[in-house]
Amino acid sequence: MIEFRKEFFADERDDNLNEIGKPTRRQDILGHVTGRSPFFDDHLFDGLLHIRCVRSPHHHARIRRIDTAEAQAMPGVVRVLTGRDVPRNLNTLLSLLDFGIDDEPLLADSKVAYKGEPVAAIIAETEAQARAAVTKVRVDWEVRPHVLDVEEAIRPGAPVVCEVYKTNKFIYHGKYDHQKMRYGDVEAAFARADHIVEGRYQMSPIEQAPIETCGAIAAPETNDRYVCYTSTQALFFSLGTAAKVLTTPSNRFHFIGGTVGGGFGGKVDSVHEPIAILGAMLTGRPCKFAWDREEEMQVGAPRGAERWYIKDGVARDGRILARKFTGYFDSGAYTRLSSYAIIKSVGHLPGPYTIPNVHADVYCVYTNRTPATAMRGFGITGVDFAIEAHMDKVAEAVAMNPIDLRILNAYRDGDMKAHRREAKNCALIECCQVVADKAGIALQAASRAASSLRDGGGERGRLPAHTALDQHGVVTGIDTGGYARKTGAQGRPARHIEMPGYTMPTAASAGRAPAQSPARPGAASTAASPSTATEPPRPAPADGGNRRQGAMRFSAISGLRRR
Amino acid sequence: MGLHRGRGFAAINYPIGMNLGGDPSQALVHSNPDGKFTVALSSIDLGQGMKSVTRQIAAETLGVPVADVYVDTADSDTGPHCMGSFASRGTHRVGNAVIQAAQEARAVMLEAAAEELEVDAADLVTDGRGNIHVNGAPSRSITTMAACQAAQFKQGRTVSGRGIFLIPLSEVDPETGEMTPVSCFAHAALLVEVEVDDETGEVAVRDMQSAYELGRALNPKLVEQQLVGGAWMGMSHALWETTEPYYPDRSHGPVDFNHYLMPGPGDVAPHHISVLERPAPDGPFGGKGPGEMCANPVLPAVANAVYDAVGVRIDELPITPEKILRGIRANGGAKPRRRLAAGAA
Amino acid sequence: MAKTPVVFVLNGSERAAFAAPGQNLLELLRRGVGDLSPKYGCGQGTCGACTVAIDGETHLACLTLAESVAGRRVDTAAGLASGGQLHPLQDAFMQTFAAQCGYCTPGMLISAKALLDRNPTPTREDVVEAISGNICRCTGYEPIIEAILVAARGRERA
Repeated sequence: MIEFRKEFFADERDDNLNEIGKPTRRQDILGHVTGRSPFFDDHLFDGLLHIRCVRSPHHHARIRRIDTAEAQAMPGVVRVLTGRDVPRNLNTLLSLLDFGIDDEPLLADSKVAYKGEPVAAIIAETEAQARAAVTKVRVDWEVRPHVLDVEEAIRPGAPVVCEVYKTNKFIYHGKYDHQKMRYGDVEAAFARADHIVEGRYQMSPIEQAPIETCGAIAAPETNDRYVCYTSTQALFFSLGTAAKVLTTPSNRFHFIGGTVGGGFGGKVDSVHEPIAILGAMLTGRPCKFAWDREEEMQVGAPRGAERWYIKDGVARDGRILARKFTGYFDSGAYTRLSSYAIIKSVGHLPGPYTIPNVHADVYCVYTNRTPATAMRGFGITGVDFAIEAHMDKVAEAVAMNPIDLRILNAYRDGDMKAHRREAKNCALIECCQVVADKAGIALQAASRAASSLRDGGGERGRLPAHTALDQHGVVTGIDTGGYARKTGAQGRPARHIEMPGYTMPTAASAGRAPAQSPARPGAASTAASPSTATEPPRPAPADGGNRRQGAMRFSAISGLRRR
Repeated sequence: MGLHRGRGFAAINYPIGMNLGGDPSQALVHSNPDGKFTVALSSIDLGQGMKSVTRQIAAETLGVPVADVYVDTADSDTGPHCMGSFASRGTHRVGNAVIQAAQEARAVMLEAAAEELEVDAADLVTDGRGNIHVNGAPSRSITTMAACQAAQFKQGRTVSGRGIFLIPLSEVDPETGEMTPVSCFAHAALLVEVEVDDETGEVAVRDMQSAYELGRALNPKLVEQQLVGGAWMGMSHALWETTEPYYPDRSHGPVDFNHYLMPGPGDVAPHHISVLERPAPDGPFGGKGPGEMCANPVLPAVANAVYDAVGVRIDELPITPEKILRGIRANGGAKPRRRLAAGAA
Repeated sequence: MAKTPVVFVLNGSERAAFAAPGQNLLELLRRGVGDLSPKYGCGQGTCGACTVAIDGETHLACLTLAESVAGRRVDTAAGLASGGQLHPLQDAFMQTFAAQCGYCTPGMLISAKALLDRNPTPTREDVVEAISGNICRCTGYEPIIEAILVAARGRERA
């Protein structure tokens, strides 16, 4: 039930390749069918200890006191960890990219902001013993009011969820409590429109639910290092996070993974490795920390809920003249990756359509629930649900076939997109045509004749003459770092990558194999293009005290690299 | 009272790679003395086929059969840095890094062969079956094995290569949102047919017809795996899954698979997939990543199909029987629309 | 607390291990004996990743008391191949690309084998029913169903 429509874009491809395009058997499938593929837990250790966490039963509470004495005395308990044992007990995942302010403890010690937040970890000889000892930890809670709805959370007077962001909103560019998109003038376009179509869309949180739960096993290695077998989706991200939180040079950690039982975005939060390694450091023995299924479901970070409001101004012929978005990402109790998701979603607006006026305010909102993280389609799935449900409402308003409406508004090569870059390599129209044809749906002649390669650019390729800007949502006094920060007078489009020995194909030659002939022995310079002498040096951003220090960082910012 | 069929459509694009760039991946490729290659990565195979697709990319670039290449991942001691497997970045970023590393290794192998054959390296080609020969004169040849043995033991060359692929980090304008999100996009359109029971509110997905454009199908079976599995997850997302059934209230959150619902093998619908390939100018052999966008169009297509079937507009996910029944009741009964029937204009 | 010695046959050879009180068979197989093929997916009996065969019948090892297999025959995915030859189901799974992450595969194979052992000519509905207790998050089930039917047809011809 799969066909390859090779006739589309055939002149942009060379289909005569040797190994590419073949249905070659997977390298790992023999291991899968014999049960030999080595997932993180498929490594045996003598004397393995098991870690279970003590978790908050409250949505929001201050911790007055944690009493671990009785738990320490339970049979099989080797060590009990609390926040005090964590060398650097405050982190935010994207500090590795210079993005965000450390806001989340590995083990909470002053307050908890979501039900299930860990406040202590029991390390014991068996899992059963660890579970039994968990019930003996006494925490003296001072329950606080909590907030669970995103629009309530941003109202003045709402309980403060994350102490770093007192208005329960992440602050972007040190300036705004949301990310804006402003392209053209939507209000002027609404006034001209024949139809106004509005909608509200809500996606509730969902679980990545891989069949393998998240976990890690850490053990002392022979060379005064620690080995960590992990289910992570991002080996060096987790290694870097562990190095930061445990204030240990990154080369003392030896991370092994790469064979993971499903991830779907849920295995990037890097909470297991630091705890497992800390256990190994403090006990001198191998330690396993893995979620059971209940934790994976309710404590493990889900795809965060999203709420979208969309308002379209539509001409009677079905052209969408203006689209306005207000979006709320429910980040839960901490930032994790949600700050990044908002920017990704804004860059995606208004969808694969050429709409001359686009306006968006998208918020990263904190609530007292399990923090959200990435999931398949991160930043995009929720807004695409909203956009495509909304398109059908627009189709109904103008009495047009929904597929004709998509093709009419679809972007074409050369069009200007709302994030002010040229549309290239488009193929939405062709996908719509193929489906309509297969499903026996008759389209208008104009839809059947349309092509991504035609009718784009020109007037459609120009930036709007006027864009209505505003300063709504200004915030002062909080700096969340260098990532995505605009430092020049104007933003610059990314350059083409020149890779030595690999000719960047033009559209006509895209996708063809490098000729079966020798390349120049490659000077293995980086793929990033060198800056020219005329570009101003990037000023080093002020150190906000929360900026990522130390060797393991993935950010290219902070004045150390010119572009 | 009965079963109502409806069809719904959705079309999407999807950004390939980490938003704004700045997400490098490296690869190392080296040969053992017998001309068998290892690709060392720290990239993660979650099941999407990272090890397999990078193996094919390396083999293609080196000009050797895929059986002469193995991918080893992930070990932070031996694998160079990779940002990770997420954001549909794997094929695109890691694939390009592997190409660069494999090209360097190939160049050394060809220089070694050239020295053995006493010809110019520029005149040599590989046949993809383990031989290196003079272009147009296949009898003047040497095996890749012999060339690598000569390199190692006679000539003192390392048949190895390094690669990195990095899209420079883009900035975001705080006033306008101007940014360079990614360098290429995948596309999809999908039509789903559902059957709604107006007495129970249950929805059965009966059929899916889709078109996915993904740059290049580097391995058509891996592509099929992603598209079939991803569309299943999209269906699950639309109609079954949630960790908070009463969001934003947290009560009754599921803690096991009895309450966290997903469609089983008896619930799957036939899915007729068409794959289009418009190569990304900067993708490895034009490849984009299908791993995430495969699920996305299903969610709104299902919502649109439910409306087509019974006239109930549900804008909150998941679409549950309870929401459908409440909607039918509010409308005074099922109101089928049937706007996308086959043959309809 | 005293441990109980458990002697049983695993994939055709006699094994012995000590079971702690209340320990489940999954733990015993993985950590007691070192057969890592059955997997932990939930520990609640709802995902099927730990499916093993006990005296030819499928059971969830996470809900089976380890001691209860004393004197009985246990079969896991690690024992499917014999004499260096893969089981037709393993070949079929590879052929139809019926595994992506591979985590559900050992349990899935055991459920499939139990089906074919009792019903060598299953219909699609029979296959669906037989694997309905094994959750797969990656494949969407279609290639797994195809693999099992392919394996059944192959044996039919043989």
